[in-house]
Amino acid sequence: MTKIGLEIHCQLTNLESKLFCSCKANYREFEINENICPICMGLPGSLPRLNQEAVKKATIIAMALNCSIPDKIAFFRKNYFYPDLPKNFQITQLNIYGDTSIGGTGSIMVGDKKINITRIQLEEDPGRLIYEGSSSKNLITLVDYNRAGAPLVEIVTEPDFENPKQVRDFLNILSDLLENIGVSDPSLEGAMRADANVSIEGGKKVEIKNIGSFHDLEKATHFEITRQESLYSRNIDIIQETRHWDDKRKITVSSRSKEEDLDYRYFLEGDIPWVKIDSETLQKLKSKMPESIRSKKERYISQFNIPPQVATVLSSDKFYSDLFEESHTEVNAKDVANIITTDLMGLVDTREKREESKITPTHLKDLVDSIQSGKISRNSAKNALYEIVKTGKDLSQVMSELDLGNVSDESELLGIIKAVISEEPKAVEEAKSNPQTINYLVGKVMQKTKGKADPKLTLDLFKKEIE
Amino acid sequence: MNLKISALEFVQEVKNGNISAEDFVAKTLERIQSVDDKLHAFLSVNEESVDKAQAIDKKVKSGDKVGACFGMPISIKDNMCIKDSKTTCASKMLEDFVAPYDATVITKLKEQDAVFIGKVNLDEFAMGLTTEFSAFGPSKNPWNTEYVPGGSSGGSAVSVSAFECIASLGSDTGGSVRNPASFCSTVGYKPTYGLISRYGLISYSNSIEQIGPLTRTVKDAAFMLNIISGLDINDNTTLDDKNEDYLSEIDSGIEGKKIGIIKEMIGDSIDPAVLSATKDAIAKLESLGAICEEVSLDMVQYSVAAYYTITATEAGSNLARYDNLRYGYDFPVEGYEFNSYISKARKNFGPEVIRRMIIGGFVPSAGKAGKYFLKAMKVKSKLTKEIDEAFKKYDLLIAPTVPILPFKIGEKIDDPVSLFLIDINTVTANLTGKPAISIPFAISNGLPIGIQLLADSMNDKLLLQAAHALEQTVKLPEVPI
Repeated sequence: MTKIGLEIHCQLTNLESKLFCSCKANYREFEINENICPICMGLPGSLPRLNQEAVKKATIIAMALNCSIPDKIAFFRKNYFYPDLPKNFQITQLNIYGDTSIGGTGSIMVGDKKINITRIQLEEDPGRLIYEGSSSKNLITLVDYNRAGAPLVEIVTEPDFENPKQVRDFLNILSDLLENIGVSDPSLEGAMRADANVSIEGGKKVEIKNIGSFHDLEKATHFEITRQESLYSRNIDIIQETRHWDDKRKITVSSRSKEEDLDYRYFLEGDIPWVKIDSETLQKLKSKMPESIRSKKERYISQFNIPPQVATVLSSDKFYSDLFEESHTEVNAKDVANIITTDLMGLVDTREKREESKITPTHLKDLVDSIQSGKISRNSAKNALYEIVKTGKDLSQVMSELDLGNVSDESELLGIIKAVISEEPKAVEEAKSNPQTINYLVGKVMQKTKGKADPKLTLDLFKKEIE
Repeated sequence: MNLKISALEFVQEVKNGNISAEDFVAKTLERIQSVDDKLHAFLSVNEESVDKAQAIDKKVKSGDKVGACFGMPISIKDNMCIKDSKTTCASKMLEDFVAPYDATVITKLKEQDAVFIGKVNLDEFAMGLTTEFSAFGPSKNPWNTEYVPGGSSGGSAVSVSAFECIASLGSDTGGSVRNPASFCSTVGYKPTYGLISRYGLISYSNSIEQIGPLTRTVKDAAFMLNIISGLDINDNTTLDDKNEDYLSEIDSGIEGKKIGIIKEMIGDSIDPAVLSATKDAIAKLESLGAICEEVSLDMVQYSVAAYYTITATEAGSNLARYDNLRYGYDFPVEGYEFNSYISKARKNFGPEVIRRMIIGGFVPSAGKAGKYFLKAMKVKSKLTKEIDEAFKKYDLLIAPTVPILPFKIGEKIDDPVSLFLIDINTVTANLTGKPAISIPFAISNGLPIGIQLLADSMNDKLLLQAAHALEQTVKLPEVPI
């Protein structure tokens, strides 16, 4: 049986500062090596200053993944030399000397499949290496320390996955969950990274590192299973090793470095005293924990009668479910959900567009109200939405500027209806015996008004005219 | 100008306008010029110190608010960061390192108008107890310049002892303040772990070391502690002493206090002169009304082994950052691959540092940790339990600071194990986090002997009171330099 286990690194991007200093957690906005200080550069004499908010966020993650949480946590040093590591050790957490990591065993459901969590640990991100030069002869390694010390949570799973699809489903659920509980924005580049352990029946465990995206993770595990199966079928031993994902060639490559032989000489980080996680803090965090995606979905279905597919899509996306929560009322919820999932999600479908989007809950509320009261047609609403997202102008302003309001002036409509009756004598005759045909005639009116005729009023007037 | 006055006397004299800080600092610089060739306490002298003192004098004259130090010249062990000045750790690895920030103790002293007269010598990265392992040459004992001044804060002790400054800050990982204080006949005090922020102190063994003052008197040490102690957001291990005034009841005496004499620290290997001084100290304490009796701390016999195992482990990790990539000395990277570059760059460490880093790579390694590092941690926790038990019974503990007299430069440099063993009486305070102080007590054949007192954690005030009481019974000859 194929077994896959994951080590997921998730940056706590919603924090203000790094794990051990006051440099920004959001290092992405800085010029190279501008977001640094004596602490995150590991300068002589500097000491780590634990960001208590990071401990809270990590605790929330442990709670959300149903992990055991110890009474107190400790930090350890993982010692190894690497140019992206300013102190040449990483401050991280362990469970080998008792349960001292922020999260112990836990689990999460992925559909009907239970995935067990081994451990959750809080640690610092290293810097970023930038390679320059065309060949190995003139290769230069540059280091950007802006990321060094960024708060990171590592989530380690048991090898419970049986295929790459389960891995992908899990990662989708996990990234939605992390976003929903307000700890991370998984859409940020590098905010979520993962290593995978893959083994097949009769083989050995192979670790794959350097996987850039979740999309590639599925590919990498798929490739690795195929590679191992092919070795096995030819009676070639699968060796326990670390392999790197080659992003260009889309294959895994044995990393000749002896990473598996590294001895990290873990020992307690004396500069950070044990941190107590008392039950009061836990209670407080629990009470502030946002509603889970699953419960949100169930509520949308039962409370508002929103179709399950729509509820699933809406509840799993924090950006849109927040928008929904703030704009819906008891009466319009279903319509708001509809507008969001059928129109808005298509318009605002990338991280950049979300950031630039000017739409507010008020816009959505107004829009749905106007559709319901016949002030704007469903079609014109789509155009209005496009303009609102772009400009943030009021719905009324957009409607008048783009002339999107429904034609609801009776005499104006009557004129158009009379024109249609004279143009379509055959259809008019037919409509007298077959009520279905009247829709065709209403459609003609819509055509002439570019979709702006108030459909209900048009229908009523038509009926009156041909009777 | 009398350069021999204490810190408290200096403050009083400047406050009263009897002397100017500028004159005093200028004279101190002259003193450094005339004696430091022979002593080599200083690695660098602060050329701006006279100007700083002058500015403070102006404040005194104009009646402005003046900080508690009133321009007092203080030397700083060269493993503490002073912004924009070289901080070398007496190592070639950091020969050109200019600190971009102030250590917390420096910030606090600056706020109180101290003048940093210079950075003083140490064993490289504070690893040693003779100051012979400085990459820039050894310091010499002012009592006899053929002898070691102790270490690792040798420069601190020498500069205070030879009147090249009024007080000094050292750091004490296993006795590095108390040992040179004992060898040079100054007061040397290691406070409770956490009482003074280590932010800006370059780590050697961070879980047990503390910054500590070296001064002429116990009162001066209390005065310094008042300035530099307390919570610091930049050091998560600092403790809140609620602005305790360590000077206020320093004259309380020790009548009725129970003092335990640590049996394992006056064992067979002790020098007879040191033993007799210790007995003399005990007699004096008894005459002041204290009750003294022997107490056994069984774990002390393993303390040196545990100490070197733990410190080597932490040193191996703390010194890993010196890969010369971000700061250090001039050594271009072109043509090297990362691993070959750093292994070459790190050859600039001196022999003692390399020895300890090799040990530090071995004792916590996979398969070895159980036999060495974890066992050492067990000794540490057992020793702590033992001493905590002792402090239920005794207010204070007493032992000689160093079991032997100062020895000649070069005499033991090739015998690391016998050097290590000299730490037997000092490492206990570090391994257990307890405060300890060494005070000058006797001179034997022209060489100083210090007596050490220990107290329970956060009982620093009591410790200073007892040390002050004992100090009052002592009259010693003047340093012959």
